Amino acid sequence: MSQDAARTPLYALHQRHGARMVPFAGYAMPVQYSAGLLKEHLHTREAAGLFDVSHMGQIRLTPRSGDVADAARALETLLPIDVLGLKPGRQRYGLLLDETGGIRDDLMVAHCGDGFLLVVNAANKAADADILRAYLSDICAVTVLARALVALQGPGAEAVLARLAPEVAGMRFMDVRTLDLAGASAIVTRSGYTGEDGFEISVPEDRAETLAEALLADPAVLPIGLGARDSLRLEAGLCLHGNDIDPGTDPVEAGLSWAIPSVRRRGGARAGGFPGAARILDALEAGPSRKRVGLRPEGPAPVRAGAPLFADASGEAVGRVTSGGFGPSLQAPVAMGYLPAALAAPGTRVFAEVRGQRLPVAVSALPFVPAVFKRA
Amino acid sequence: MRKFTDEHEWLDCAGDVATVGITTHAAEQLGDLVFIELPKVGAKLTKGAAAAVVESVKAASDVYAPVSGEVTEVNAAAVADPSSVGADPQGAGWLYRIRLDDPASLDGLMDEAAYAAFAK
Repeated sequence: MSQDAARTPLYALHQRHGARMVPFAGYAMPVQYSAGLLKEHLHTREAAGLFDVSHMGQIRLTPRSGDVADAARALETLLPIDVLGLKPGRQRYGLLLDETGGIRDDLMVAHCGDGFLLVVNAANKAADADILRAYLSDICAVTVLARALVALQGPGAEAVLARLAPEVAGMRFMDVRTLDLAGASAIVTRSGYTGEDGFEISVPEDRAETLAEALLADPAVLPIGLGARDSLRLEAGLCLHGNDIDPGTDPVEAGLSWAIPSVRRRGGARAGGFPGAARILDALEAGPSRKRVGLRPEGPAPVRAGAPLFADASGEAVGRVTSGGFGPSLQAPVAMGYLPAALAAPGTRVFAEVRGQRLPVAVSALPFVPAVFKRA
Repeated sequence: MRKFTDEHEWLDCAGDVATVGITTHAAEQLGDLVFIELPKVGAKLTKGAAAAVVESVKAASDVYAPVSGEVTEVNAAAVADPSSVGADPQGAGWLYRIRLDDPASLDGLMDEAAYAAFAK
């Protein structure tokens, strides 16, 4: 472990729970605990798992005018989403695009009543804050918050969290509430990165350990490392920025067009006006030349990120795997990658090169494991 | 007598045939195994070259040939159930057997006490 790796407020807790720490995005993070990755993954799908995601960036936007609509309008100059239509107490997925329409980052935007809270990827948080300041400083104060972030995920998450704050049972998917949790003022969203129901909980750094231990005291809850976080999100078909999406991919080919609503598309009341708009609005109409797809290897060998994809047993590479591994809930290898649109229909057989051999893989619909969200 | 390598493998030698596996320490470091690829019976292995692959959920790891020789047998049960290697890496979870080109090639390897100190 490099000596300069930053520590989250839960570093000591990780050590107490038998974590194996690895460097990730400049932080020392738990990749797994004593239960091991497989058990942690399956436990999250069956009961509840607690994740430390304090390495992620939490950026607060506060309108200088006091009018949140001013901040929403300003944010729409950066994000191709409907921020003005986002109601207080609601959260939405968003994309930060560059001038060519490439994906600088993906993020969550929560309307906190008097401003917005953005949750961004750890590796991008400094760059994101710079861009937000460059575009929005006239309209908003942009503050990178020193707060911890934990995720409680799984079918047992609601019952566990309701013991500390009964009102969470009334939250729906993508709701945002400010609550008192174990003595901390917490910003709670009903969301996550596993495909399961659950919550992400932002608390002041000095309250994080007390809250995490209170949640772990529930027998339904195990601590879960980054290893299982990755296998859970892969089974759920969710993108990892830096792997499945990056500045070299655009939202249309990444299968994220759903995040760009009609109001921001051609003919919409607030069409365009975000970085890369001309290219993205064209692509939304023309359709992508390549697509992000799910991949199910036909044999037992996992196919991992970086493996080239081929249309047949000979010939040149036509695509590339961007995430891949073993899906513990499926008891089979799973992967995602990019293929030409003509090869992207579910059921199409292509080949992935692993250790010099071309192994058959089937294009598969995403997600691999259906999402279980509390929408009503 | 059981010998150990600095690549965290063990060998049990009977005559000129050695049984090869990964150590308990290596298995703990790798975590839950989900896929194993073994050499073919009859394959000629060269010391230091990739001989087998063990994969966890997260990563694939090469297992290098600790000696040169010809593969005489592989553990089909380990391929069918990769978790059996993690459960008993230095016993039922052996990987393959190899006929040594040179029985003296084991001489430089560690004994159990030396490996325990090495793996600390």
